[in-house]
Amino acid sequence: MADSPSRIERPLSPHLSIYRPLFTMMMSIVHRITGSALYFGTVILVWWLLAAASSPGAYNLFSSIAGSWIGQLILLGFTWALIHHALGGVRHFIWDFIHGFGARERELLAKATLAGSIALTVIVWIIGLALKG
Amino acid sequence: MSTPKTHHAPMRTPLGRVRGLGSARSGTEHFFVQRLTGAANLLLGICFLVIVISLAGSSYEAARATLGNPIVAVVILLTLLSVTTHMRIGMQVVIEDYVHGEGLKVLCIVANTFFTVAVGLAGAFAVLKISLGG
Repeated sequence: MADSPSRIERPLSPHLSIYRPLFTMMMSIVHRITGSALYFGTVILVWWLLAAASSPGAYNLFSSIAGSWIGQLILLGFTWALIHHALGGVRHFIWDFIHGFGARERELLAKATLAGSIALTVIVWIIGLALKG
Repeated sequence: MSTPKTHHAPMRTPLGRVRGLGSARSGTEHFFVQRLTGAANLLLGICFLVIVISLAGSSYEAARATLGNPIVAVVILLTLLSVTTHMRIGMQVVIEDYVHGEGLKVLCIVANTFFTVAVGLAGAFAVLKISLGG
């Protein structure tokens, strides 16, 4: 309570500085970072939809920026963040069903998430660029 | 079932225990909805990725024709609903973890709601405008 006479000073997040960095811990942090990035990344998605709803000029402006090297780089990062966060979510579902808590399983799941996200991002972009021609 | 003996009577009322909402008055709703929308995002996200890839580098007319398709429009509307709900709960957890000042925390949570609702509504309006012709 805010008006308690003696408030106990409990440790508050983030606790990052007191732990030795571990791979699984880093993957947990990356899950949160990708989630936050996707949060703000939805502005790009809404911009695209609104541009398509507005006019050819608005859509062409979006297309030219999205098609530029910096735009492509951002969209590549967006794709990876989306796939990484999705696979990280699947990892959480596995844990929710009380599986994968062993030391080796945790490491394996973390590595699979990272490797899978990179592989799927490359595949998605190869297909996308091939269709774009 | 045996419960440990305590020296004091429990502070929670029987009604409070039955409701199971705790001090936050929302119980496990956020936990559950985050997993529900997470599962929905997984399915809808795959459909959405297919739509976006098929439209990569396409013209204004082609994009409008695809986005105006009823199935595509409904998939995008469902994606927007599920994603913005998931975003709002996820960012609230981040805010509660890192923003410790009570006033600023409440302000951030309000801003979080405004942002996620605006994103969802703007996206939905765009899709409906294309679909319903205008």
